[in-house]
Amino acid sequence: MSTRLANRFAALKEEGRAGLVTFTMAGDPDMKTSLEIMRGLPGAGADIIEIGMPHSDPIGDGPVIQLAGNRSLKAGTLMSDVLDMVRAFRRDDLSTPVILMGYINPILNFGIGQFFQAAADDGVDGFIMVDVPLEEEDLIRGAADRAGLPIIRLLPPTADDARIATLVNGASGFLYHVALAGVTGSRDVDATAVEAKVKRIRAATSLPVAVGFGIKTADRARAIASVADAAVVGTALVDRIARNLTPDGKAGPHLVADALAFVAELAAGVRSAKKAA
Amino acid sequence: MDKALATADGPVGPNARGYFGEYGGMFVPETLMPAIHELTAAFEAARHDPEFKREFDYLLKYYVGRPSPVYFAERLTQHLGGAQVWFKRDELNHTGAHKINNCIGQILLARRMGKKRIIAETGAGQHGVASATVAARFGLTCTVYMGALDVERQAPNVFRMKLLGAEVRPVEAGSRSLKDALNDALRDWAATSDDSYYMVGTAAGPHPYPLLVREFQSVIGTEARAQMLAETGRLPDLLVAAIGGGSNAIGLFHPFLDTDVAMTGVEAAGEGLDKRHAASLTRGRMGILHGSKSYVLQDGDGQIIEAHSISAGLDYPGVGPEHAALKDSGRVKYIPVGDDAAMDAFKLLAKLEGIIPALEPAHALAHVIDIAPKMKKDQIILMNLCGRGDKDVFTVARHLGVTL
Repeated sequence: MSTRLANRFAALKEEGRAGLVTFTMAGDPDMKTSLEIMRGLPGAGADIIEIGMPHSDPIGDGPVIQLAGNRSLKAGTLMSDVLDMVRAFRRDDLSTPVILMGYINPILNFGIGQFFQAAADDGVDGFIMVDVPLEEEDLIRGAADRAGLPIIRLLPPTADDARIATLVNGASGFLYHVALAGVTGSRDVDATAVEAKVKRIRAATSLPVAVGFGIKTADRARAIASVADAAVVGTALVDRIARNLTPDGKAGPHLVADALAFVAELAAGVRSAKKAA
Repeated sequence: MDKALATADGPVGPNARGYFGEYGGMFVPETLMPAIHELTAAFEAARHDPEFKREFDYLLKYYVGRPSPVYFAERLTQHLGGAQVWFKRDELNHTGAHKINNCIGQILLARRMGKKRIIAETGAGQHGVASATVAARFGLTCTVYMGALDVERQAPNVFRMKLLGAEVRPVEAGSRSLKDALNDALRDWAATSDDSYYMVGTAAGPHPYPLLVREFQSVIGTEARAQMLAETGRLPDLLVAAIGGGSNAIGLFHPFLDTDVAMTGVEAAGEGLDKRHAASLTRGRMGILHGSKSYVLQDGDGQIIEAHSISAGLDYPGVGPEHAALKDSGRVKYIPVGDDAAMDAFKLLAKLEGIIPALEPAHALAHVIDIAPKMKKDQIILMNLCGRGDKDVFTVARHLGVTL
């Protein structure tokens, strides 16, 4: 079992601050560019890297991330390319945790056990499976356990206390509180409501709690970082990448630098947060 | 059939987790699980409530116009020169297709659950029209997601939905057809399940939809079984129905699963199995799409392939999980029929019987035209004529090179 996730959260606790989790799509707009972004993320201040595995039918994602997946698939990204990207990243970075997020069908098609083992070998530290709720987790749990990879569970706002209790039971890695009902990138998130929810989650578990969905600015990231163990930014970053595309959909000259500059802003926001007790 | 799959809900399931053998389940984002559990509980309570059944039966009789008759297609039978061809005439229902049966059941469920708004996806527009219809009848608002391509090719139904007060949202993503409309409907539901009810139009999607849609559509087969006994003194030899997601077929087939009646589901071979098609059972592999495990058209890397059929209602890369289990068990045979054969069948039925069928059952009819002459004259085929073709006249005219 990789210890990168546990080490990173322990280090953050030591520093007395929350972490920044960034989401970008593998292969958006092409493999070379997305690897370049990934390599720059730790330096720009990302504490944990979440990488999307593109899917043709991303039912949990809003239009921004869906379009990123489309760009990636159009560029020819395969599941094996996603693993290659993580392996390439690991040549220079042995400490930043990498989480893969995506949908079950491409993994089912690849072979669940085979994919998880390859992912672990290539330096992946966990999975978020958008369309595998707790009721279906046994499809992947055995293979994930054998590969030593946690399945990061999503805790949606629609979950009541009973459901939260069920979800944290047997959870591993960290918990990902989805702050907004709906798909990624819908609206701005309300930090007061999040704080109340995070308290209820913390009452049920000792695992770190990351919060995502609806964090679009450094200011929002700071607000969330003051009440959670990590803030996840996806749609806003992917949108920043999209704005740097040329009219024919290729990477513009400043894409990587601009995306990383945005990550640095977010990181500054997160690092300036006053940690609630 | 494999007896191990049998549950109280049918010879191939589903079990309590929504599995028909290895197919089915509820592969949706965690955000939707509370809504899925709420729906499951409401359905279980409703199906055992005599008042729910009374109201369902009442509306089917006086609002939909059921029972739909079984009809002996005498001239078609003579023309084919083999087995007797009978139709279950669900095209005579209010709104012109079988889709309304399911919508009546689900709107009653939505009302029981206190929901104020209906979300629906539609391909050909028949389910969208049926959803808009029941929403209007019960005073709920209705949002229908429809692929932009389907919006273009089914203009009359788009207009009907708007007349009925529904908002039609064209979906520009992906293949701009049914699968993309389903994606967006699920996204809407994830954000609005507090006050919105998702009215799935076919026997697919996450549990409990494949079960509840089948239960509401089984009125087709239950009626047909009694009607055929009354009219012919025996059960048919063969049932035939078209398959997109599979709701009209499972509605006809399910009440016959405990008999030895043969059954054939007809899926769309589009331009041909080596070109663009929608034959998920014939050419698909096990996969997970839109909440359930079933046969899915996918590429070598597990990405979903865009389906194609001249019939918008069959243009779907997946299929309901119960059909997947019935295929593997061998109880039902599934065969592909292409655009051209369906078009020929469409024209033949109009000429010989004075019935313009929808393009979906025209696929089933093409198989009947193929198989009936090979059967004996004392044998009986019952085909589900699940929709009428008014909505398709523009598509057919275009296919025939006629400008309207």
